[in-house]
Amino acid sequence: MPLKKTVNSSYSRWMDADGPEADIVISSRVRVARNLAGKPFPHLSNNEKAEDIIRAVRLAVEDKELAKQVGALEISLLSELSPVERQILVDKHLISPDLLSSFEWKAVVLRDDEVISIMVNEEDHLRIQCLLPGLQLKEAWELINQVDDGLEKTLDYAFSEKLGYLTACPTNVGTGMRASVMLHLPGLGLTKQLSGVLNAINKVGLTVRGLFGEGTEALGDMFQISNQITLGQSEEEIIDNLVAVAKQIIAQEQAARRALYNGRREVFEDRIYRAYGTLKYAHILTFEEAMRLFSDLRLGIEMGLVSGIPAKLLNELMVKIRPAFLVKLAGQDMTAQQRDIFRAEMIRKEFEGS
Amino acid sequence: MLCERCGQRPATMHLTEISNGQKNDTHLCEVCAREIQPQGFGFVPQIHLHNFLASLLNHGMGEDKSYKTETTGKKCEKCGVFEGQIAKQGLMGCGDCYPFFEERLLPLLRRIHGSTRHTGKVPARTGGRARLAKEINKLKNNLKEVVSREDFEQAAQLRDQIHQLEKYMAEGSEG
Repeated sequence: MPLKKTVNSSYSRWMDADGPEADIVISSRVRVARNLAGKPFPHLSNNEKAEDIIRAVRLAVEDKELAKQVGALEISLLSELSPVERQILVDKHLISPDLLSSFEWKAVVLRDDEVISIMVNEEDHLRIQCLLPGLQLKEAWELINQVDDGLEKTLDYAFSEKLGYLTACPTNVGTGMRASVMLHLPGLGLTKQLSGVLNAINKVGLTVRGLFGEGTEALGDMFQISNQITLGQSEEEIIDNLVAVAKQIIAQEQAARRALYNGRREVFEDRIYRAYGTLKYAHILTFEEAMRLFSDLRLGIEMGLVSGIPAKLLNELMVKIRPAFLVKLAGQDMTAQQRDIFRAEMIRKEFEGS
Repeated sequence: MLCERCGQRPATMHLTEISNGQKNDTHLCEVCAREIQPQGFGFVPQIHLHNFLASLLNHGMGEDKSYKTETTGKKCEKCGVFEGQIAKQGLMGCGDCYPFFEERLLPLLRRIHGSTRHTGKVPARTGGRARLAKEINKLKNNLKEVVSREDFEQAAQLRDQIHQLEKYMAEGSEG
């Protein structure tokens, strides 16, 4: 049963740090919004109607042909999970925080490796997501496209020739597509170029957000860049545009890293190894401090200065050190102070022998 | 007014908090407001996307015509949602709301996306005609390009293809 496996493990395929540009791009995500024709959108739904939608999606994802093409997909109700387990799905970026409210009416579809996930009855009836490591937006879209084609054999989508895929919120209408990349940009931060770059991004029809999407802080120098426009551009155009901008930012970040290293090498190395040392030996760590230190250490790994700690481990730790997974591991509720101690202990263990 | 915290930058964030019947006003600049935020959860009112959309929908309708209650305006024949409800929540009721409220919606879509025409993927099953229309559009663009190159042989071929598809589409709509 994939869902139990998913919430019991902090690992997910997107953490593998083996995609293109993996030294700056953590992951690529594409999601499309789809709705069923003739049915009210989820926010107007009641229990019975929500169940109808879940039943229809279940029928569609259990189609044998679809499984042959994109791998087996399994649907589960969110009510099968504990609150902590539901939060773990959010922390692993498999579902959005919005799916947690009125979870009784909601479901999630997962492929075994968690690359494909579908949220059922979020703001739209279906939100199909593909999450891959590194810069792989095109690959993610191709996969989504296949899943979408397969589902469409069973499901009748709300679509208009003029306005495209019809979504609950007019900001998603058209392609219903939101593509995003998660970037690690410590160099631009340290060289004080960040606000300039982020402003430029906003001017070309893209938005920047923190690690956990809308309205969140940029923790650990992680930034999520995504398209804003969904109508009037094709899926391929949206992705080409985002890839082009991502490549620009990658080039600037690389230049900033080189300048830092060449200009103030001792200071730079000191910062990285202090972070390494603290993570390896600290006994109390808040989530925010750990994320800050991860960012410094990650920079060292990405620049080839630190070996022995794979970037993959840091990706997984970003999920593992969050309160939900700590509670899951400890098997009991903890106070914030207890969590900070437990978190430091876990990181020490992971870094042992490195 | 200057920020209460730093006393340097102009205060642009104004918060009124009422707890136990006590009213408390705070005036901060954006920088200080952001710094304070992590301690006081939800201290700075975030612009909520849906509220923002709702106000866009309201905009340009004139004072007297703006949606006072949720049950003002037209009502979608399919899902029964009122224009006022959409304006308040920033969410459509169902797919049929789009053609139903189109007149009101198009200016909003233009403001959000800079366009009112889908050019992306077309579902294979429900959109046979849309797929054809998209193909015809693509061929017409190609035609313009080859004409500008003065490649008239290719242009003639493209023109025939377009005619054929258009004929096919016209027959389809009769049947």
